[in-house]
Amino acid sequence: MSLTTESSTNFWLTRPFSERSTQIFLGVLLAALALVTILHVAVPPDNPLHVGAYTVNLFGKYLSYALLAVAVDLVWGYLGILSLGHGAFFAIGGYAMGMYLMRQIGDRGTYGHPVLPDFMVFLNWDSLPWFWQGFDMAWFAFAMVLLAPGLLALVFGFLAFRSRVTGVYLSIITQALTFALMLAFFRNEMGFGGNNGLTDFRELLGYNLRSNDTRLGLFLATGVALGLGYILCRAIVTSKLGRVSIATRDAEARTRFLGYRVERFQLFVFVVSAMLAGLAGALYVPQVGIINPSEFSPIFSIEIVLWVALGGRATLYGAVIGAILVNYAKTIFTGVMPDAWLFALGAMFVLVTVFLPKGVAGLFRYLKRRKRDDSANPDHKHTPEEASA
Amino acid sequence: MRRFLSLGLLCLLLLNITVTAQAQTSSTNTADDAAALELLEALDVESYTAKGEAITAILQSDDERARDWLQALLDGRLQRTDDGRFVLVLENRGRDWPVADVLTGEALGEMSRRDLERIGINNNLRNQLRSAIAVVDLYSPNVERRRISAERLLGEVDGELVQPINTLIEQEEDEQVRYRLTQAVAIYRAEAGEMAGVEALDGSLHPRSRVALSRAANSDDPVVGNAAAASLAGIEQQLKINRGLETLYFGLSLGSVLVLAAIGLAITFGVMGVINMAHGELMMLGAYTTWAMQQLLPGQPGLALILSIPAGFMVAALAGIAIERGVIQFLKGRPLETLLATFGISLILQQLVRTVISPLNRTVITPEWMSGSLVINDALSLTLNRMVVLGFALVVFASLMLIMRRTRLGLEVRAVTQNRAMARSMGIRATRVDIMTFALGSGVAGLAGVALSQLTNVGPNLGQNYIIDSFMVVVFGGVGNLWGTLVAGLSLGVINQVLEPWAGAVLAKIIVLVFIILFIQKRPRGLFPQKGRAAEG
Repeated sequence: MSLTTESSTNFWLTRPFSERSTQIFLGVLLAALALVTILHVAVPPDNPLHVGAYTVNLFGKYLSYALLAVAVDLVWGYLGILSLGHGAFFAIGGYAMGMYLMRQIGDRGTYGHPVLPDFMVFLNWDSLPWFWQGFDMAWFAFAMVLLAPGLLALVFGFLAFRSRVTGVYLSIITQALTFALMLAFFRNEMGFGGNNGLTDFRELLGYNLRSNDTRLGLFLATGVALGLGYILCRAIVTSKLGRVSIATRDAEARTRFLGYRVERFQLFVFVVSAMLAGLAGALYVPQVGIINPSEFSPIFSIEIVLWVALGGRATLYGAVIGAILVNYAKTIFTGVMPDAWLFALGAMFVLVTVFLPKGVAGLFRYLKRRKRDDSANPDHKHTPEEASA
Repeated sequence: MRRFLSLGLLCLLLLNITVTAQAQTSSTNTADDAAALELLEALDVESYTAKGEAITAILQSDDERARDWLQALLDGRLQRTDDGRFVLVLENRGRDWPVADVLTGEALGEMSRRDLERIGINNNLRNQLRSAIAVVDLYSPNVERRRISAERLLGEVDGELVQPINTLIEQEEDEQVRYRLTQAVAIYRAEAGEMAGVEALDGSLHPRSRVALSRAANSDDPVVGNAAAASLAGIEQQLKINRGLETLYFGLSLGSVLVLAAIGLAITFGVMGVINMAHGELMMLGAYTTWAMQQLLPGQPGLALILSIPAGFMVAALAGIAIERGVIQFLKGRPLETLLATFGISLILQQLVRTVISPLNRTVITPEWMSGSLVINDALSLTLNRMVVLGFALVVFASLMLIMRRTRLGLEVRAVTQNRAMARSMGIRATRVDIMTFALGSGVAGLAGVALSQLTNVGPNLGQNYIIDSFMVVVFGGVGNLWGTLVAGLSLGVINQVLEPWAGAVLAKIIVLVFIILFIQKRPRGLFPQKGRAAEG
């Protein structure tokens, strides 16, 4: 890892910019955003290079998944916590956004009620539940996008880290958490639309969600959020706090004996990660136009972990690569041969963990090092084990 | 309804006909077919009132085929052909229906349904028919029929019927029928405010008895009223106990399923430290083995089920060995990666079943000796299939305990668990032990699948529904502790069932999950944590 020790006196948030990997990542991201925008706006629709609104929307979805994957990599890669429940934070952020969008519908719903969303009218509710209050205001809703998942992570993490629940146990109870939330959100009585979830959105901050310009705007906003989230995560992992996190990951007991209050570091990173996941969810919902309890399903959460594993753990950019690759594959497969998708996904899980433990990013590094070694020492023989070394 | 019953019974009694006696004397005594035809002809009229009279006439005739006709009429299977003959439709599915002659019972082959016309009835007639059949059944030589019809009489007795029923009670040989008939009379008496009736109903748990007692409690006679109220209170108490027992039974049953699902996991996860997310799919394989066995042995579901026990074990164990050799051995000491890889395997297995067999649920037949229920009293009956599964779970648990405690394999497994390097230097082949342990844990998952096929739907999602629950049980009980798994499974099952009535099924499950999450905070190593060196790591 090319840590920039010489610039450690810099302000912590600007430190990532002096890293080579961050520079490349941000460069590629900006280029991609610019390219898609130009191909969408400037190239006429009959040109084969034209990127349609559907594709822009799809890319926007991938980018929000990528942000989610970065959030998971932050806790799994740098803190050693395999969260099988990050889908819950993603979904809660999504629900917070969904509630705002629902309130924006106003009296244009099927039942035409001035305040209540359709599903509440359908359930014969006569007033808005307390937790729906305030979601008509954008600033409140956007704050909740970060605060609601953050609060859940704070409470859950406080309890779990304080009692030193780690490793497999933590993974299993995070899975139980998202499973319990899924069951809860499926209930109509919860007031989140039951299994239909929230949908039929119309506009965000006054912009019509069905217009192509809004879609492009959301895509760009997601790209910017991904870039900022990436910088934040890089800043955290290159700071002193990040090094304690890495130490915790590698030897928790030893770090504790050295005098660090491990659980505080874990809690901080966990909460930040949950908030990023919530932000990803909030960007995802207006782009797909629906949020329902299936986002809480344990399978989705495990799938996120696969994105990170495939891309390469503890690199952050690997998570982005993994999320985009897997979801692109999913789009292709489910379109061409839907039955084969689960075979492909299952095979990816097995092959990546067995043959590619460092992911695609690990492969890059291996190839890079091999090239360097070859130029320095042409006789050296390479073995596949080096890739995982 | 009461009117029809009394009418029917009286007719029978007044004419002093005993169908029972008749049925034994076969066709020599049968009224001639012309008369029978006349009776049936009377049914084919427009007016429902006239049809009702015709039904009464059939009941009063001493024709032994009367019951079949009435039953067919009730089921809509008594029909008339274009040329005016009466036939019984044997099976009304498809375009052509097999029919039989009403008089001789002789099969007449298949007839197009367009050539048949049904003799229609309305709801009133339906009630009349049911009562009439019940009355005929009281005289049936078949004990089962007498029992059912006697139970139908509860709450339907009136003044005119008391005497005839008392006569029947004296003649009746079957204990259960006699008890029901006595109860039926007692209900009538209690409702009429008679002390004898109230006394006879004391301790009876049947809902009709309670209705009768609560009516008697409002009686004008304070002595009767108080006695009825006291009985009622006693019965309520009894019912409460019975409801408690029922909840406990359902809880233990659910718990036994959880134990079966989790115990294999307790071996692979607890003893080997391997997180097998494909455990649920190994259960699914066991369930599908049962289904396949029943396809191979059609008509013998019981034998197929018993053969599925070893077969399901073997199939799942072999799959387990394949998983261990193919994937898990390369991921030693990396539990989180194992989790991901085995999750991938679970997806592949699910999709394999969907593609090769079907995405839809398969029907697994419950053999006769496992269906039905054990009736303890009017308020409590225990379903047999759940009882068999509960017993099976305990047997599986006991055998596993024996294997782990009393066999060479168990000894080696425990040695490798405690200190792998030391065990190997003592000459234990650790790799072989790994394979055997994983095969054992997987085989037990197969057994769980065989048992589950008797309780739930057998489909590609079967495993998924249990995997989280099974992990909860293992973690709650304490990893590496089979007793812990048993206690945790049974208690979680009971807690779930106790919560269900007032919280609803979904909320109960959520509460249990939250409870476990909080419990783990308090005791991160479960109910029965491992002690000593094994606890580290």
